[in-house]
Amino acid sequence: MERLNLGDSKRINRRRISDQTLHMIFLACTSIGILVLMALIGTIVMDGIHRLSPDLFTNYPSRIADRAGLKSPIVGTIYLLLLMAPLSFILGVGAAIFLEEYAGRSRWVRLIQLNISTLAGVPSIIYGILGLAIFVRGMNLGRSLLSGVLTMTLLVLPIIIVAAQEALRAVPKNRRDASYALGATKWQTVSKSVLPSAMPGIMTGVILALSRAIGETAPLIMIGALTYVAFLPENLLDSFTVMPIQIFNWISRPSEAFHELAASGIILLLIMLFIMNIAAVWIRNKYSKNI
Amino acid sequence: MIRRIEFDQQLDELKTLLREMGKHMEEALALAVQSLQTLDADKAQRVVDNDVQLNAMEEQIMDIGSRLIVTQQPVAKDLRRILVAFRIASDLERMGDLARDVAKVTLRLQGQKLIKPLVDLPRMSDQVRAMVSESIESYLTENTDLAYKMAQDDDQVDHLYSIILQDLFAHLTSDPDTANQAMLLVMVGRYIERIADHATNIGESTVYLVTGHRPDLNQ
Amino acid sequence: MEAIIQIEKLNLYYDTYHALKNVDLDIPEKTVTAFIGPSGCGKSTLLRTLNRMNDMIPATRIEGSVRIGGTEIYGEDVHVEALRKQVGMVFQQPNPFPKSIYDNIAYGPRLHGIKSKSDLDGIVEQSLKQAALWEEVKDYLKRSALSLSGGQQQRLCIARALAVQPDILLMDEATSALDPISTLKIEELVQELKSTYTIVMVTHNMHQAARVSGQTVFFLNGEVVESASTDVLFSTPSDARTEDYISGRFG
Repeated sequence: MERLNLGDSKRINRRRISDQTLHMIFLACTSIGILVLMALIGTIVMDGIHRLSPDLFTNYPSRIADRAGLKSPIVGTIYLLLLMAPLSFILGVGAAIFLEEYAGRSRWVRLIQLNISTLAGVPSIIYGILGLAIFVRGMNLGRSLLSGVLTMTLLVLPIIIVAAQEALRAVPKNRRDASYALGATKWQTVSKSVLPSAMPGIMTGVILALSRAIGETAPLIMIGALTYVAFLPENLLDSFTVMPIQIFNWISRPSEAFHELAASGIILLLIMLFIMNIAAVWIRNKYSKNI
Repeated sequence: MIRRIEFDQQLDELKTLLREMGKHMEEALALAVQSLQTLDADKAQRVVDNDVQLNAMEEQIMDIGSRLIVTQQPVAKDLRRILVAFRIASDLERMGDLARDVAKVTLRLQGQKLIKPLVDLPRMSDQVRAMVSESIESYLTENTDLAYKMAQDDDQVDHLYSIILQDLFAHLTSDPDTANQAMLLVMVGRYIERIADHATNIGESTVYLVTGHRPDLNQ
Repeated sequence: MEAIIQIEKLNLYYDTYHALKNVDLDIPEKTVTAFIGPSGCGKSTLLRTLNRMNDMIPATRIEGSVRIGGTEIYGEDVHVEALRKQVGMVFQQPNPFPKSIYDNIAYGPRLHGIKSKSDLDGIVEQSLKQAALWEEVKDYLKRSALSLSGGQQQRLCIARALAVQPDILLMDEATSALDPISTLKIEELVQELKSTYTIVMVTHNMHQAARVSGQTVFFLNGEVVESASTDVLFSTPSDARTEDYISGRFG
């Protein structure tokens, strides 16, 4: 080689400038989103921080702002979660196992698959209408916790099925082969080899779906969760309320004090979502090492 | 069709070297016998001196062959090509040594006169050179028929050898003064007969190369 | 000697693709048999018919007969789970489960109903010893199998296959993902195992076939071109196509 060819330096400089410009543009795009979000959280925290107190957890909602708390909405949300989680997990993962492992690839299966993917994108209010028609009226369950749980389960089911299918599909084929080659039946292979490998992915999907569910208001308003509940639900057929509904209710009042209460409720809700997301990430990291 | 061009070229080189060795060896034998017929020391000395070339070529074949075994990991016929090249090279090297031994007899006989003009020994030598030539030819063309035919000629060589022996034994007993020379000429016959045996070995190698089986052509 | 695996007039189709054509092959007991041939020649397909792993590929059709230990393995009364317990398999990529070393080995025996801790302990130790891995891992049985090196993982997979006490071990290019030293260890292992097991291996490495096997079968386009004892096949193959393939002049 004679000398290192340094090329046309002018041209290269031009290319570098366009490279840097695009870098700035993308940074700006990201910043706008984050800044807006920060501003939102900032105002909410400023509005609501001084309302955050133990009273919020112990007081029922009230007409008087200083006595108003979130006891029944918090408990309602937790009940909803605790009931929804196993139900949607069992149904969702069961369906995913069937579709991925047993159903094969017939035209019907593909049609069902397409439907599930579509359902995952249907607006939540539609589920509310469905819940109202089927559970509240059709099955005569009334405006009960059970109706809410069933409706919300329907809402998250497609998301969980899709997430669980992805997780199952991500299990390497050779791990199934290893199990089959040892003389395992299909269910032995699924339960002892595939599911354990897929579980972190499934759990992550389930938690993210549930965290979406606790922020939902529309379907619950549709089926008529109450906005003023001064007692805790004792059984599945009792009335109930959840945090987003209470927040929505407070926001729509004229008084500044209730707006602050709403802000503090939002902070609580955000903290809950945050914890759930952290849990999802933690589960993924803890187990993904072994996959 | 995938071809191993480099490998095939090297295998061809082995063949070329062996052809060269064969030619060299035939010339050495011819020259050695000529030197004996005329007791020409110069010719004999040339045969002795040239033998190093055959040795060098044998070593070259060993080098190429072992390098090919290491780098190309030959199997089946490829492997046999190399194994056979080794064997033929060492046969030719031994044949060269024997031709040199014939030439050395010429040197030992300096200052003497031949007890009789040599007739059967040159005839035998011609026969053997033809065998050598045919054996190399059979190897180069992978012609097993030629190898078998060549091996049969060995019988004629043996026949000539026994005539020579009888003839010289007569000298051994009748004339004690010439006994020493007669002994040496018997040895020459023996050397040439051994060369023919090596030629049949080359024929065997050819058959092994082609078929993978080792026949015994020395029967 | 009676062949433990007897294949007669076996034809296999993937949908319309004729993957195995009229295969006739006997594999004697307690020997190492190597399948060689270019990619797509059917060698892996045949290996996978022996433990019916091909069953999982849709639209696979099989004609002819495959008998193992005298039993027609495609017969209606044959349970594929029982067959696979008899005919173990080791794959190209080491595929341990993301479980402990112990649980990997115990996986198979547990499937087949062995629950007692002391039984499982014995099986784990014996299998790891058979796979020449015991000394390296005996103090780390609770560690994840994925912490092992590739070569160790593959020996673990062999141990896992041996833990269900098969008669036959199928190895599908089991060393092609390993470095030369690990490959050598597995080859040595195969030599030891052949006194107890019948081993059938698919390999892309002809020299491995030559080193390890007693019998070699050469496949081309779904047909068995030549089947012979390994030293004969690699020194004096009777078919010109075999000669071309093993001497690297295949086209």
